[in-house]
Amino acid sequence: MTTSVYKPEAARLVAVEQITDLEKMFTIELPNKRNLGHDPGQFVEVSVLGVGEAPISITSSPSRSNGSFELCVRRVGDVTNALHNMQPGDMVGIRGPFGHGFPIEKMRGKDMLFAPGGLGLAPLRSLINQVLDEHDAFGRVIILYGSKRPEELLFRDELEEWKKRDDVECLVTVDQGNETWDGHVGVITTLCPEISIDPNNTIAATCGPPIMYRFVLMELLDKGIPETQIYLSLERRMKCGVGKCGHCQINGLYCCQDGPVFTYAQVKGIEEAL
Amino acid sequence: MSLMILDKGALTPLVDALIADYASRGGVVVGPKAKGSNFIFGPIADPDELRLDYSTTILPPKKVLQPQQERLATFNMQESQVESVIEAKPTVLFGVHTCDLHAIRLLDQVFSQDHPDAHYLERRRQTIIVGLECLEPCDEHSFCESMGTLSTDGGYDLHLTDLGEAYAVDVATEAGERLLSQYGTVSEATKDDVHSLNDVRSSKQPHFTSRLDFDRVELPSLLGAAYDHPLWEELGEQCLSCGSCTNVCPTCYCFNVIDEVDMALTKGERVRHWDSCQLDEFARVAGGENFREKRSARQRHRFMRKGKYIYEKFGELGCVGCGRCIRTCVANISIVDGFNAIHESAE
Repeated sequence: MTTSVYKPEAARLVAVEQITDLEKMFTIELPNKRNLGHDPGQFVEVSVLGVGEAPISITSSPSRSNGSFELCVRRVGDVTNALHNMQPGDMVGIRGPFGHGFPIEKMRGKDMLFAPGGLGLAPLRSLINQVLDEHDAFGRVIILYGSKRPEELLFRDELEEWKKRDDVECLVTVDQGNETWDGHVGVITTLCPEISIDPNNTIAATCGPPIMYRFVLMELLDKGIPETQIYLSLERRMKCGVGKCGHCQINGLYCCQDGPVFTYAQVKGIEEAL
Repeated sequence: MSLMILDKGALTPLVDALIADYASRGGVVVGPKAKGSNFIFGPIADPDELRLDYSTTILPPKKVLQPQQERLATFNMQESQVESVIEAKPTVLFGVHTCDLHAIRLLDQVFSQDHPDAHYLERRRQTIIVGLECLEPCDEHSFCESMGTLSTDGGYDLHLTDLGEAYAVDVATEAGERLLSQYGTVSEATKDDVHSLNDVRSSKQPHFTSRLDFDRVELPSLLGAAYDHPLWEELGEQCLSCGSCTNVCPTCYCFNVIDEVDMALTKGERVRHWDSCQLDEFARVAGGENFREKRSARQRHRFMRKGKYIYEKFGELGCVGCGRCIRTCVANISIVDGFNAIHESAE
């Protein structure tokens, strides 16, 4: 008899780090430190036994899989709240990786423009670090990141590092500044005029709250980037992860199987997508 | 494989033997039986309970293959241990109408493609299906003729057609052949039997009227052009979001999974149960966004699933014309009337 696709594998939390008020970073080891074997943009189903399961995108890059992987999790529902109460050494259940991630082979040789908003940086970070780890294979790397407030910015150490690198153009903005913030203030699209790109040789990747997509997509299209070269990672209630339970349907597509990463060309005629 | 003849008098001993043998192996014979003024698929303990003259059942036989509720796993929270549970037992599913046979074929595809679902597939493997040819429409709500499910060329192990004094038994699989030789007293069909079978099949056709105003092959493209049709708002106004239509649908397979924990908070079960795209929270994510917030959008989704999306994914329409959703809807929503309305405005 085949094994159940719904059976989670026991995995250990080896590090838990509070990164904002709402988000924690979890470093997770599978048995025997087996690599997860994921593509950037894929997700796993995380079980907290007795509470349930939730789909979480993988935030670490495959190029840095050293017997563990990372999830950046906002505390927002039952499972994620339970996760936030867990300590290093505690066990969770993992199924996956599932879904279609970013097709990195189609991206090599191109300039990369990343435009995540808020928690949307979590799935894109996997691709960003993969690209940076084989930077010679790519052209420019541009990162435009926006969040509501300075204290909500994710991965602040890495943002600083990216800003310092000569081979990365990283601009960060917040919708509302405060006394500690001396950076750019304004929604993410206000960063767009500050960069010029070669649209036909650029691959864009964006992820963020639904309201953000419309504006970011308009900017990206306005810059002349072809629809087939704009990638989005969509959020849905991917309960089973394997195209059965129906919760993540976007019209006729299953987000968990056909996505969660789509090109804009794929979803632009799909009414429920954005 | 072959066509056999089962005298009607031999049916009771056959079912009797089946019940006894399956019970001795921890299995069950499930078939149509009366419940009040309705019929249901349920365990048959006595051959007299089996009502092959049933019209339709409240719930479709999918409940045997995908139960309303089933355990996927048991777990121990303290030891972080999970054990898969596959709830399956030898089952004979007796007397399945052709529309439901079509539906089960679709479910077989759903649960075997891509990531196969071991829970469904093991139950399916242990289930022998005995089909039953419909000679009269269930009632005014059925529209199997329109959906092309009035007959079937497969999806069963054995298939019965009432020839009056006897049943013609189409033996389609080795499992069916074994069942018949083990429990039944049958004879090979003669030329005359084949004639009478053909007669019965061709004379049943006029009893079934078409309720779809157009050819069903047009359905996916008609729906594709009807995304902004005013019908959805009308249905949204009518619909109470109770989810009955999807519960009684033989091809609806969406589910939710929840953890149930014992009182000592040490052990629990991961349980899967039917879910419905008609319920408000179905497409809501943890962050609060609901991607199908309006009832009109949810009704549209149901129609699209039945007439378009499932077809695009599996090559079969998701509606088999059984009429259960129409029969059960307290708000009198009719999927066939809806399909016709869309066709009418497209003309």
